[in-house]
Amino acid sequence: MFGKLTWAAIPLNEPIPLATVCVLVVGIVAVLALVTWKGWWPYLWREWITSTDHKRIGVMYVILALVMLLRGFADAIMMRSQLALAAGHAAGYLPPEHYDQIFSAHGTIMIFFVGMTFVIGLMNFVLPLQLGVRDVAFPVLNSVSFWLTAAGVLLVNVSLGVGEFAKTGWLAYPPLSEIAYSPGVGVDYYLWSLQISGLGTLLSGINLTTTILKLRAPGMSYGRMPVFCWTALASNLLIIAAFPILTATFAMLLLDRYLGFHFFTNDGGGNPMMYVNLIWGWGHPEVYILILPAFGVFSEVIATFSGKPLFGYRSMVLATMAICVLSFMVWLHHFFTMGAGANVNAFFGIATMIIAVPTGVKIFNWLFTMYGGSIRFTAAVHWAIGFMVTFVIGGMTGVLMAIPPADFVLHNSLFLIAHFHNVIIGGVIFGAMAGYSYWFPKAFGFRLHEGLGKAVFWCWFVGFYLAFMPLYVLGLMGATRRMQHYADPTWQPLMVVALGGAAVIFIGILLTVAQLVVSIRTRDRRRDVTGDPWSGRTLEWSVSSPPPAWNFAVLPTVGGADAFWSAKHRAGAAVAEERLIALSVPKNTPLGFFVAFFMVIVGFSLIWHIWWSAILGLLGAIAVCLRHAWRTDLEDSVSVATIAEHERAHRLRAAQA
Amino acid sequence: MNTFVDVASEEMPSGIPLSERGPAPRRVVAGFGFWLFLLSDIIIFSALFAAYAVLSGETNGGPSGIELFDKRHVLFETACLLASSFTCGMMMLAMERRSAPMTYFWSLLTAALGVRFLWLEITEFADMVHRGAGPARSAFLSSFFTLVGTHGAHVTIGIAWLMIMMLQVATIGFRPMVIRRLLCFSLFWHALDIVWIGVFTVVYLGARP
Repeated sequence: MFGKLTWAAIPLNEPIPLATVCVLVVGIVAVLALVTWKGWWPYLWREWITSTDHKRIGVMYVILALVMLLRGFADAIMMRSQLALAAGHAAGYLPPEHYDQIFSAHGTIMIFFVGMTFVIGLMNFVLPLQLGVRDVAFPVLNSVSFWLTAAGVLLVNVSLGVGEFAKTGWLAYPPLSEIAYSPGVGVDYYLWSLQISGLGTLLSGINLTTTILKLRAPGMSYGRMPVFCWTALASNLLIIAAFPILTATFAMLLLDRYLGFHFFTNDGGGNPMMYVNLIWGWGHPEVYILILPAFGVFSEVIATFSGKPLFGYRSMVLATMAICVLSFMVWLHHFFTMGAGANVNAFFGIATMIIAVPTGVKIFNWLFTMYGGSIRFTAAVHWAIGFMVTFVIGGMTGVLMAIPPADFVLHNSLFLIAHFHNVIIGGVIFGAMAGYSYWFPKAFGFRLHEGLGKAVFWCWFVGFYLAFMPLYVLGLMGATRRMQHYADPTWQPLMVVALGGAAVIFIGILLTVAQLVVSIRTRDRRRDVTGDPWSGRTLEWSVSSPPPAWNFAVLPTVGGADAFWSAKHRAGAAVAEERLIALSVPKNTPLGFFVAFFMVIVGFSLIWHIWWSAILGLLGAIAVCLRHAWRTDLEDSVSVATIAEHERAHRLRAAQA
Repeated sequence: MNTFVDVASEEMPSGIPLSERGPAPRRVVAGFGFWLFLLSDIIIFSALFAAYAVLSGETNGGPSGIELFDKRHVLFETACLLASSFTCGMMMLAMERRSAPMTYFWSLLTAALGVRFLWLEITEFADMVHRGAGPARSAFLSSFFTLVGTHGAHVTIGIAWLMIMMLQVATIGFRPMVIRRLLCFSLFWHALDIVWIGVFTVVYLGARP
């Protein structure tokens, strides 16, 4: 009846997961109770859960990413504290089988549910506004994508309390992840949650690529698109090209695990190294999917706060597209030690080093943009400058490891861990936080507390160096990754310093929450009534904050790069009321929510081999899709009076300011 | 009316470059998005082809491709699928003329040829499993069943999709939404043909001893 699912799946005899689950369940029940008590359900359902507005969906992505950052960070601080303790004869407090789940969950969550979710959220929110259009290409599909991502998040977190998570590392290499060596449900949780959320990511990539290539305001040729749109284009093209490889690879591993196939097994002629090749065929483009939008954020932030157009727009675009192409030609540098031979390794080593060239072009462009500008040192600029310093160091350690003989020594050591945290924290997280503080006023109509924002930056910046510079040294001393205990007590002082760094980052995370609370409480003093709080250059700053559901009363006509900057300096930017026409905006639909609901049932049932409910779940998902296919009333119309009223109110507020 | 011409290019003055004419019409957007989806689908097949190429010699002491495949059987399969693409094209022409009866006729023929293809594939699979050459026998057979089976699964989904579209034509008629979906279906069906040509060439004609 319930497949492999029994009461033994609940970790009643393991105090740490049990306590975590209890705290989580109490927290979730408290939030649900509060929402019910306050009567917020109709509002949440109408304005958020069923929304097809790209701005709302973007905000929900970012909230999901921030919540998952807490989860991923909890894993991180457990690992760091374990390693600060477990030297020599001390065993620490985490048993190996638990520690293995923690590092696997940490990597999976941070890449898929923090990094991806955050950058997709930012792109969702910003792209249509920057392109000067009213929504993404497929608004309903956008909602489905978001909810599928949320379904994946839910499944990963259910594994805390029901069963276990993978103990295989975040990429689940076979043969370890095969049924023979991982007979539990951990790897299945990993695979199904990523298959479901990966489908959402792919659909999102298709949606945003179509938006950029087919929906732009009149006059916005490719050469006039803001650089963030270009980096988002590169990132979404990579999603379309790379995520299907992940889906196919996981499907093959699932067939191995469920039906006894022999793709990656040791026996039957299977080839485990084929998995490693395939997974990095996705995995290397993936790191550029994450970093390219961050590069876009920095380009916008630096140009805006330097009060200058971006230096070298064309070279920036070329560098972005060069990285987009090159990212598919370097995957083998993740496993030089496979033994492919000197020539193959040399090819991939050189290809890897070549990627540093367009990246270097970008760094110089940002520096030259700042040169001679009148820079305003906002929190967003702090993140951008911190990024440039940190990312260059991370890039150089990357080039160092691109030399195959050096990589043979450093492979799977803490040096590697330090390297990729150097680029992912210093690049993706800093970029996400810069985008968060830069676009927050656009999303909510008031600015975040700048002082606390800078404090958050300094905590992350100092904390990062304290936490990861020791890992470079430890890596050179021979410490390996995924290590739960070490015999050499001379490593311990550096491990303690790294824990201290994690603690400083933790203060930064607490300050992020404090910043949000303080900013909301004092929002009346922080209102952005003009819609243009930073003196911006691109079209998202030409509409009110928050923008209306239809974004633009009349689609702007673009005559050059930095469209809003040039429009501001022409007189009479206001829209004449007689030019307004009635518009239609996409109607709300619960399709995404229900599809995700049924996909959670499908995923959970497949993980636990409950075949009947997997079939029922799938039929449910198909049924809601069919129900939607017959809906013909997909749009609400907005009257001229409503649009004119909004425009008048916005102009009045801006004039009073 | 020709569905394949960009409306914007007909209505806009010719001096403005296509990239500066503002948002594309909805039919173009839908078609373009579906093309991108097809590209991603083809990448899934690429990964499966790559796996097959790596594993096709790994018979683990079991039967090889040359021993298992009946080329005449596969030729008949191929003929069914290619013929169904022709009938699918005829269906699209009937749709252009908004002729519901002819659209039903050609779509039923398309679906029938698709079912015939699937039935041939299922009998081939069943025969192989019966002879002890199931997917768990060797890495070669795992990759064979996955690659060919994924194509078969696509054909199955395509047939179901086509039937649903006929229900839509019958209930809500040839409205723009339905026409866009039929256009996407036709792209999907032709893409499956292209993938099958790859399967036919790589798997069956290239069968290893």
